[in-house]
Formats: sequence, structure tokens, C-alpha cells
Amino acid sequence: MTAGATRSATPVVPSRVAFAAILGKDLRAELRTLQSLPAMALFAVTTFVIFRFGLDRTQLSGDLASGVLWATLLFAAILGINRLFVAEREEGGFDAIRLAPIDRTALFAAKGAALLAYLVALELIVVPVFAVFFLDSAAALPPLALVLLLANLGLAATGTLISSMAVNSRARDLLTPLVLLPLAVPLSIAATGALEPLLAVGGPGYHRFGTWLAVLGLYDLIFLLVGYAVFDFLLED
Amino acid sequence: MYGKGLRPLSIATVAAIVASLSLVFFYAPLDADQGFIQKIFYLHVPLAIVALVGFVIGGVFAILHLRSGNSKWDAYSYVSIHMSVIFGVAVLLTGSIWAKASWGHWWVWDEPTLVSFLIVFLMYATYYPFRYAIEDRERQARYASVFAITAGAFVPLNFMAVRMAQSLVHPRTFGTANGGLPGEMMLTFLVSLVAIGLLWTTLVKFELTAKSASGQLKRLRRALDAPAPGGSSRVAPEVS
Repeated sequence: MTAGATRSATPVVPSRVAFAAILGKDLRAELRTLQSLPAMALFAVTTFVIFRFGLDRTQLSGDLASGVLWATLLFAAILGINRLFVAEREEGGFDAIRLAPIDRTALFAAKGAALLAYLVALELIVVPVFAVFFLDSAAALPPLALVLLLANLGLAATGTLISSMAVNSRARDLLTPLVLLPLAVPLSIAATGALEPLLAVGGPGYHRFGTWLAVLGLYDLIFLLVGYAVFDFLLED
Repeated sequence: MYGKGLRPLSIATVAAIVASLSLVFFYAPLDADQGFIQKIFYLHVPLAIVALVGFVIGGVFAILHLRSGNSKWDAYSYVSIHMSVIFGVAVLLTGSIWAKASWGHWWVWDEPTLVSFLIVFLMYATYYPFRYAIEDRERQARYASVFAITAGAFVPLNFMAVRMAQSLVHPRTFGTANGGLPGEMMLTFLVSLVAIGLLWTTLVKFELTAKSASGQLKRLRRALDAPAPGGSSRVAPEVS
């Protein structure tokens, strides 16, 4: 066996370059078509209105506030996660990635980063709206951003993984929420656990804040590693 | 043949179950607080442990499948998860009965182990729609393995998160450490655990044998249409 034959699968393009190219492509496509983000934001704001009447509250605090905020963000995120790989599938992007001399993990990283960017953008729009709608003060927003950032990272990891599989199935739109929601339960427990004291009446509290951040970090770490380890197998054909 | 060893295994399982039931009803003492209903413990807890171990075993088989590309391991992974989901239904039912008898409610959200188990069960229940939504056989096997590995990593994390979500003042009604059990109860529990473990193994082996047999039948039918030399009676099980 010659070295050339065994090394034929070795990526020629550095992963960094591939990552930047795919991420840039995704963000540009989203900016030009605006397929996901406006829908996610609109969905989230409408969901707040539904909660306002469903719970019959005009002000939210503590556990109700954290629950409403997290559930809304999670469901809005699923809208975006559902569409994450649709272009790849419909326009033959998967085949292109398979043909390209790049490390396939670059696709996972780039798609995860794109999803992370969507989620951050979504929260930049939606969390202020939430504060205006339901909260007394904006004092909780800076620590809240930290919690949401860690939660986004975990959601980006699992979301990218599940979405890349669901898009290649018969029941794509159905499968993502079905599999992702149970998978996101530990993330939801930790995120709402950290958000609840932050949104309590009478200013943000930090009861077990560090513990919950650690759980979020652990979730992120585990599923980023799992995604990194298994993503190669999803692109084989 | 795939069915090799199935008969001694079945006999051992029946013997172990008979032994465990005899111990449960005639040897283990009645619980001072809960009385007779506590005996469901010898069914509920082993079922839960075996189901969880089965999920993890399914994940290990999935890793073997991805590493080797041998679809036999995918069938092992599928059957392990399948059997554990069935055991999971039994865990939730027995847990519910126990909760009704000792706390007066069919479901209690304060018991972290039961809640964790429900979430794990819901996670693995999506294995079927997930798997069968993928048409290509080879891709289906690969994706199912990725699911099994992801879900396997999720199990311990979920148990940790749910336990932490309980308010710290809530007393643990049943200690997690079985070290607190008196000797007779401990012995009965261990025998029951072995019996349920054997039951799981036997059922998994039965299903794998059935899958192997149906694969063999398919192959023979195909051979009838287009006769070809060779062929072995040992056919690896496949998920169909």
C-alpha cells in the first residue's frame, strides 16, 4: 500500500478555512433570504402573547417568567433547527461536502456556529421584548445573557446533530422536535434553574447560580464531544 | 445456528425467576413501614436497573457498529434498546403502582429517580419513529447507532440534572444506597436482579435468533428464485 492511497482521504484544505467558508455561506444565505430568523422571532413574540392570555398574567417573575422565556426560546429554536440543513439537502450541499477535500467535522462546527449565531440573534430581539412585556426592570438581563449563551451552545450542539439526521429522513419536520425535546430536558432543567432566581421579584438572585452554570457547561461539553465524535458517520454514503 | 445456548439460558432464567419469587414471598421479611406493598421493590428496582444497563449496552453495541461497520452490531444495539424500552414500560407501571400504594398518588414529581426514568424512557421511545423514518437500510443503521450513542451519553447527565432540580430539603424516601437494607432483603434483591437480568438476556437472544431466522428465510426464498452455490446457516440478525 502506498502512502498516497492511504492518505487520499486526508483533508487538503485546512479545517479553519472550510469552517469559515461554510459559516460565511450560511450567514450570507440567511441574510439574503431571511428564511429562518424573522419566522423564529415572530413565533416567539406571538408565543408571549399566547402565554399572556394562557396564564392570564400581565407581569411575570420567578419560576413562571423563567418557564415562559425558556419554553418560548426552545420552541422558536426548533423552528430554526428544522431548517438548518434544508438547503444542504435540496441544493446538493451534502454531496458537495462529501466531494470536497475537507474534514467533515468542519461542517458540524460551521453549522453549529451558524445555529449559535441564529440563536443569539433571536435572543437579542426576543429577550428585550420579553422584558418590556412582562418584567419590572432590566436588571436581570446581563447575567441572563450568560445563562442563555451557555444554553445556546448546548442547543447548537444537539440541534445540529439531530437536524443533520432528521433532514435525511422521510419525516424531517416531525423528527427534530420529537427527538430534540427529550434530549433538551437536562438543558431546560439547568437553564430554568439558573433563570428562576434571576427573574425573582425584587431584583436578581443568584441561588445555586454557579451550580447550574456548571451543569450547562457540562451538557455543552458532552454533546460537543459526542457531535465531534459521531458526525463523520452521518455523511458517509 | 444463532439459537445455540438458548435452551439452557431459558431454563436458567425460569429457575432464577422461581427462586427470586420464592425468596420474595416466603423469605424476605415484611417491611416495617410499608408492609406487603414494599415487595414490589424486588420487581421494580431490578427492572429499572436492567433497563438502564440495557440502554447503555445498546450504546456500546452502537459504538462497535460504527467502528466495525458490521450490521450485526446494529441488530444487537436495536434489540437491546427495544427490550429495554419494553422493560421501561414495566418500570413505569410498577413504579406508579408503588407510588399509589405508598404515597396515595399514581404519579409523584418529587421522586427524582422515577422522573429521570420517565425522561430517559421518552427519549428512547423516539428511537422507533426516528429509525423507521430513514429509508436506506445502511444509513438507517448508522443513524440509529448515532442516536444510541447520543442517548447513552444523555442518560447519566439527565439523572444528574433531575436530581439537582429537587429542592435540597426534600427527604429521600428510599435511600439510593442498598447498603441500608437488612441482609435477607439484600439477598432477595440481588437474586431478583440476577433473575431479571437473565430474563432480559434471554429475551434479547430470542429476538436476535428470530431476526436471524427470518433473514435466513428471506435468503432462502431469494435462493429459490435465483439458485446460487454456497451459503451458510449462520446468518447475522438484521433489523427489518
